Amino acid sequence: MAGLGKKISILGNLVKYVNNGSKRLSSHFVYHPDNEAPVAGETSKMNMMQAINNAMDLTLKSDPTAVLFGEDVGFGGVFRCALGLQEKYGKDRVFNTPLCEQGIAGFGIGLATAGATAIAEIQFADYIFPAFDQLVNEAAKARYRSAGQFACGGLTVRAPCGAVGHGGLYHSQSPEAFFAHAAGLKVVVPRGPIAAKGLLLACIQEQDPCIFLEPKILYRSAAEEVPVDSYTLPLGKAQVLREGDAATLIAWGTQVHVLLEVAEMAEERLGVRCDVIDLMSILPWDVDTVCNSVKKTGRCLIAHEAPLTAGFGAELAATIQEECFLHLEAPVARAAGWDAPFPHVFEPFYLPDRWRCFDALQRLLAYDQQ
Amino acid sequence: MKFLNEQSYDPIPIYRVIDNKGQVIDRTEEPRIDNETLLNMYKTMVQLNQMDEILIESQQQGRISMYLTNYGEEGIQVGSGAALLPRDMIFAQYRELGVLLYRGMTVTEIINQCYGNHEDRDKGRQIPMHFGNKEKNIVTASSPLATQMPQAVGAAYAFKRAPNNERCVICYFGDGAASEGDAHAAFNFAATLQCPVILFCRNNGYAVWTPTNQQYRGDGIAARGLALGLHTIRVDGTDALAVYRAVERAREIAIQNKPVLIEAMSYRVGLHSTADFSNNAFRSVEEIQKWAQEENPVEKLRLYLEGRGLWNSDIEKQFLKEARDIVLRTIQEADQKKKAHWKEMLQDVYYVMPQHLQKQMNQMEKHLEKYKEHYPLDQFQSE
Repeated sequence: MAGLGKKISILGNLVKYVNNGSKRLSSHFVYHPDNEAPVAGETSKMNMMQAINNAMDLTLKSDPTAVLFGEDVGFGGVFRCALGLQEKYGKDRVFNTPLCEQGIAGFGIGLATAGATAIAEIQFADYIFPAFDQLVNEAAKARYRSAGQFACGGLTVRAPCGAVGHGGLYHSQSPEAFFAHAAGLKVVVPRGPIAAKGLLLACIQEQDPCIFLEPKILYRSAAEEVPVDSYTLPLGKAQVLREGDAATLIAWGTQVHVLLEVAEMAEERLGVRCDVIDLMSILPWDVDTVCNSVKKTGRCLIAHEAPLTAGFGAELAATIQEECFLHLEAPVARAAGWDAPFPHVFEPFYLPDRWRCFDALQRLLAYDQQ
Repeated sequence: MKFLNEQSYDPIPIYRVIDNKGQVIDRTEEPRIDNETLLNMYKTMVQLNQMDEILIESQQQGRISMYLTNYGEEGIQVGSGAALLPRDMIFAQYRELGVLLYRGMTVTEIINQCYGNHEDRDKGRQIPMHFGNKEKNIVTASSPLATQMPQAVGAAYAFKRAPNNERCVICYFGDGAASEGDAHAAFNFAATLQCPVILFCRNNGYAVWTPTNQQYRGDGIAARGLALGLHTIRVDGTDALAVYRAVERAREIAIQNKPVLIEAMSYRVGLHSTADFSNNAFRSVEEIQKWAQEENPVEKLRLYLEGRGLWNSDIEKQFLKEARDIVLRTIQEADQKKKAHWKEMLQDVYYVMPQHLQKQMNQMEKHLEKYKEHYPLDQFQSE
């Protein structure tokens, strides 16, 4: 028994070391649920994964041409967004494809060209790049190059994106900026379950091919009372979530919740209120809502997880300064991931967290006092 | 323990029906094609040759920017085109004009697209040879190679889901395009998802200046079909009747949701395109002549028809003149037609034009008001 005691104390030391050295850090944001539903009617508490599942369920039920496919989709998908759908709708409508993103995208384009509704799942946005040629050269251009004879509007490509705490280089990326440059595509990023269901249904019904990037950290951590009926949210329209006249804070996806917290910090610590805008659609994006806000506040901070250089914030900043120049009290600020591949253990230093954003806001507010 | 390699198996044999003299090798293999179809096949070849000859010249004269000829592949094109049904969907690459002509695309349509005038179905947005026609189930081509392959498979899957489907999809691609990842993806998806698709490889020996022995090391493209689970055949692409039989049978198989790979062996007699300045320096003149003379698809089919009493040199002379005249006349007409209004440059990017694009159109409109004399507006339709 003495030996056992010694073993326990060694283990005790070991456990203590593990706790201090590599305790996994809690997430960098606090989820802010929507406080109202976009449509009246019965609601159900759903997390974002369930809301997406629900949108696809409603689609498969009402649209006989709709099919859902991708790697491991038949078994429900690695994030369970397709859970139960193969059992419900059959193997010819919800199915696995071989492990080949360029094939998934090309196959989806073909389905849509032939008139079907195609929901293509890419397992992680980090792996969408083999499909880049199909999406940029084919999906985006099919309508234009055929003068409207052919198009793949029935195609929606969904992919989990964004920081998840431990994803590293290849399970954390936000590739929206690459696709924002492909005229002919629509690019959409939801901030939570209600937005995800409405935006995804809009993408599926849209007559243009859409890329729907789902911040994976929100799949389980974001839950809201989501309307159970079908509803859509308009593409190309941003939402103003908070109002104020001190500054305009813009983000999409998970980062919206970081900025909501920053706005709260600004009110508490600095006594000012800010507009907080969820862009929702990256392409096309809501220039009017953004510029109306910046013309009111005169100061703007854009924040995104994706790296700074040529991130989508650059497009926003360029347009804002062009449209709102005489209203600006300070240069448009951007808080973004550093220009390095997305790191593993360094994630807390990499992300534009509440402190980097709050600091950027403070400097914005203090700009004309220098 | 034994390692296998590409020489462990005999190469997949090449199926042919007629020999170099247009004689049927084995009567039991002769396809039953009605006379009208046979004549349409041959006439399409003649029309195709005339288009190639005259349009090449029109490119040299600066009337169109680019052209790709079809010499050596007439058998592939009319043989496959004739065995398809009008309801079958075609995904092409760029060397399938004979398929499109057989399907019913007119000389006028083709030439308008090459000119990019306002009657071009692409509205001048694409370079020559990027044909498409929705009513005729011909999907508008794009330039990237092999991208159409997984798309064809997806379209076939959509057809499969329709009740009582009797449509198949055919997808053409070359020996070079077959090296692309999209080609492998298409084979694999077609097989695993059991799609009613015919994947048709035009193996003409070259991808621009790269011969097939630098394109692959295995037994051509046909071996890959077998490896990935496709019903596969290798045929003599210079034998229109063999190609016809193969595609006819392939349709029957594909409609049962068993995808098919056909590798048709032929030779690209012409240069890659009008942009090819090599003057054939990458190959020997003897090689070209051998194929052009001994394995000429047009010659073979003509000899077969003459042997059946369906054609002779008088009819040939007459039809040649007709085929030539229609091309010349159409070119003259196309020459006179304006390009579409410049605003077509910004339409059809999306189903509904988004605000930012409308704004750009307004900017360009204002710019043209001020600087109109610096733009070739007289060549374009006005409001």
